[in-house]
Amino acid sequence: MSSNAHLKDIEAGHIWSFPGGIHPPERKELSNQTAIATMPLADHYVVPVKQHSGAAGEICVAVGERVLKGQPLTHSGVSMGLPVHAPTSGTITAIGPGRIAHPSGMADVVIRIAADGKDEAFAQQGISDYTEVARAELLERVRAAGIAGLGGAGFPTAQKLALQRPIDYLIINGVECEPYISADDRLMREHAQTILDGAQILLHLAHAQKGLVAIEDNKPEAIAAMREALADYPQFSLRVVPTKYPSGGEKQLIQLLTGRQVPSRGLPIDIGLLMQNVGTAYAISQAVRQGQPLIQRVVTVTGEAVRRPGNYWVRIGSTVAEVLREAGFERESPEQRVIMGGPMMGFTLPDTDVPVVKITNCLLLPGMKELAPAQQEMPCIRCGACSDVCPAVLLPQQLQWLAKAKDYEGLEQQNLFDCIECGACAYVCPSEIPLVHYYRKAKAEIRNIAREKAKAENARERFEARQQRLEREKEERLERHRKAAEARKKAQAEQVKAGGENPQDAVQAAIARAKARKAAQQKKNED
Amino acid sequence: MTFKLAASPHSHQRRTTQQVMRWVYMALIPGILTLIYFFGWGVVWQLGLAILTAWAAEAGCMLLRNRPVRFAWRDHTALVTAILLAISIPGLAPWWIIVIGTAFAIIVVKHVYGGVGQNIFNPAMAGYVVLLISFPVQMTSWPLPQQISQFDLGFLDAASVIFTGFTPAGYNLEQLRMGADGLTMATPLDSLRTALNHQLTMSEALQRPIFGDYAGLGWQWVNLAFLLGGLVLLKQRIISWHIPGGFLLGLLVPAAVVWMFAPEQSVSPVMHMLSGATMLGAFFIATDPVTAATSNRGRLYFGLLIGFLVFVIRTWGGYPDGVAFAVLLANMAVPIIDKYTQPVTYGHGEHP
Repeated sequence: MSSNAHLKDIEAGHIWSFPGGIHPPERKELSNQTAIATMPLADHYVVPVKQHSGAAGEICVAVGERVLKGQPLTHSGVSMGLPVHAPTSGTITAIGPGRIAHPSGMADVVIRIAADGKDEAFAQQGISDYTEVARAELLERVRAAGIAGLGGAGFPTAQKLALQRPIDYLIINGVECEPYISADDRLMREHAQTILDGAQILLHLAHAQKGLVAIEDNKPEAIAAMREALADYPQFSLRVVPTKYPSGGEKQLIQLLTGRQVPSRGLPIDIGLLMQNVGTAYAISQAVRQGQPLIQRVVTVTGEAVRRPGNYWVRIGSTVAEVLREAGFERESPEQRVIMGGPMMGFTLPDTDVPVVKITNCLLLPGMKELAPAQQEMPCIRCGACSDVCPAVLLPQQLQWLAKAKDYEGLEQQNLFDCIECGACAYVCPSEIPLVHYYRKAKAEIRNIAREKAKAENARERFEARQQRLEREKEERLERHRKAAEARKKAQAEQVKAGGENPQDAVQAAIARAKARKAAQQKKNED
Repeated sequence: MTFKLAASPHSHQRRTTQQVMRWVYMALIPGILTLIYFFGWGVVWQLGLAILTAWAAEAGCMLLRNRPVRFAWRDHTALVTAILLAISIPGLAPWWIIVIGTAFAIIVVKHVYGGVGQNIFNPAMAGYVVLLISFPVQMTSWPLPQQISQFDLGFLDAASVIFTGFTPAGYNLEQLRMGADGLTMATPLDSLRTALNHQLTMSEALQRPIFGDYAGLGWQWVNLAFLLGGLVLLKQRIISWHIPGGFLLGLLVPAAVVWMFAPEQSVSPVMHMLSGATMLGAFFIATDPVTAATSNRGRLYFGLLIGFLVFVIRTWGGYPDGVAFAVLLANMAVPIIDKYTQPVTYGHGEHP
């Protein structure tokens, strides 16, 4: 297909397809029936300093200091980290390690704030006409607002935009294919205008001419709202994609809308595409127009164990316990699980004291029958159901055997790192093998080996460099001695020339005297 | 609240191995009923013996391997192996035939290789081949279809033949297999082979009463019944079309080509399709996922290879039917098929 014909197809609204995929129960109606509610202020917040993929910023506040809502708590610093901001006004009570929302339940540096209840805002200024502002300044504003991809990956948005490469399309992702979650759905229904304003700013920043807004066909209300708002944004067109998990995955959505594939280990920008989530677009508009940093986001709180499921504007740094209390959750069964994220890609929380962060899109509290806990893993019967649903066209069962055998070379050969961990394979597995878990583990092990190798390589280089330095220093020392000796000789010669006594002559004279004495002695003895 | 860490996804489709296996043996029911209708109650006794042996062998192996026995019984894989083997052997074969075959299939072919999911060879077919090579007489002594037999064996008569070798009236298996003309009759495929070897033409060979309308009295209906069950499995997405499609195509195409050139000297494609173990093999035996190729393309090649091998064995080999050998040979080819049929992963193809 020629590139032009291809572009024409995209332009015509052709929807391609991607291989595999599954249709799990969507269960969106649990949470998408009511408008996004606002959480009341809590009395304390826990803000992890690192909430995105990349380095943390440098802490610029101290314990005891009073901070205002929206005030930066960290700044980019030399590491170019993404700043985090105070969710409300109050006093900083502690800075130190605290449990964060991470699958392993690990700890990281957190800033604890005791709220004063005044919710006093930090002075902020918006820009009315962003086209008048230099690109660099706009990008800096996006970074300073602490915006990271809200779709899940948490990659700093300004960094993604900074790559200046030709772009055919900016894709605004409102697919939200993960079951249960309706945060983007509600946001599109209620804030279509703001989302598209942000999208327009993104288009400007990316130097792109055209944009596509993608929504899954199970969200008719969101589609209607966005379609209406799109009338004012002629550069964007709407694309409704069929409901299938994981159509909202970056690579899959690109395949759906353009028929292109992101090259392995490459980026969408390599094929002229850039993708941003609707929540990110909303945050961009807020940051640019109002000067508001990213201090709150929409979180879906859902599951049959919650009495008031729905979507909430949650300040980033609110503890999960606080959010759950508001949504009407009481500890019922000792077996109750709290999942951060959706049923397909979310992770169970180690406890509810962990804070909501920028990439938290959902808190899921399933009833016991709703999502039954995993059964005992049974042996793989190679049925191949996993390969049929894999959107990356991998052979999950082969990967599983290789991962269990720790055959890392085989895993690389089977393209383990192209796995997007969507969980479709494990979802259909009749033997309930936690496939994704094995892949994650194998990936971590391979990365570890690579790191160890790099470390060893580093050590070897350092050792060799030291050897060379010692060698060089020895050479230099010898050279110095040689030069010094030469200089001494020269000085002596000059002294002689100048008529002075040559110290060397005195030595010679002494030797001659000693010889003469010896000779005289000998002669005397002979006589 | 439980704070044990569970790996995502937290949502599972509830189709367990047990359910998959249940579908497989449910889909076998039409074929089994047809077998009983044409070949008598012996099939039921063979099934009973096979299932008991399989369960006992499975339990013994699990105990020796220090694994929970119920865990193994629950997945129903041994049950399916037992059923497949029981319906593959002649219905009135002596009881020790099926016991030895099933025990071999479960103990040696399955558990020695590491149990369910680890075996290289299809257990039922490996068991079948061991029996065929070790006990060729018993394994080729198919009873006549009841419709042309002079004997009417009841349920207990069949048991008597299986356990003692004689009916209560004192007839032995050889006598039971005799047609009205006083000649022992082999299966349609076997008769054709013998006839062709004796330089008879196909039309002459087909005069014998064992060839009903198309492909052998009884056998054509048995095959159609297994085809029906196989279509149910396809519909339920228990199996994909690649293996049965490949199998049937791999058999049909060469059979049709040879038949077009020499219709009087070769077995017709219809006969190939509806005779022997064709449909059972295509939909229920070759589709055993454990011992088949991995990718869909690989499975198509795997099926084609089996079909073609069946044609080769039936036409030039030493046995009248060749499904078991073909499946085992293709099992051996699986690693190489897998190596060359790895699909192109997302992002690894050519870019527009």
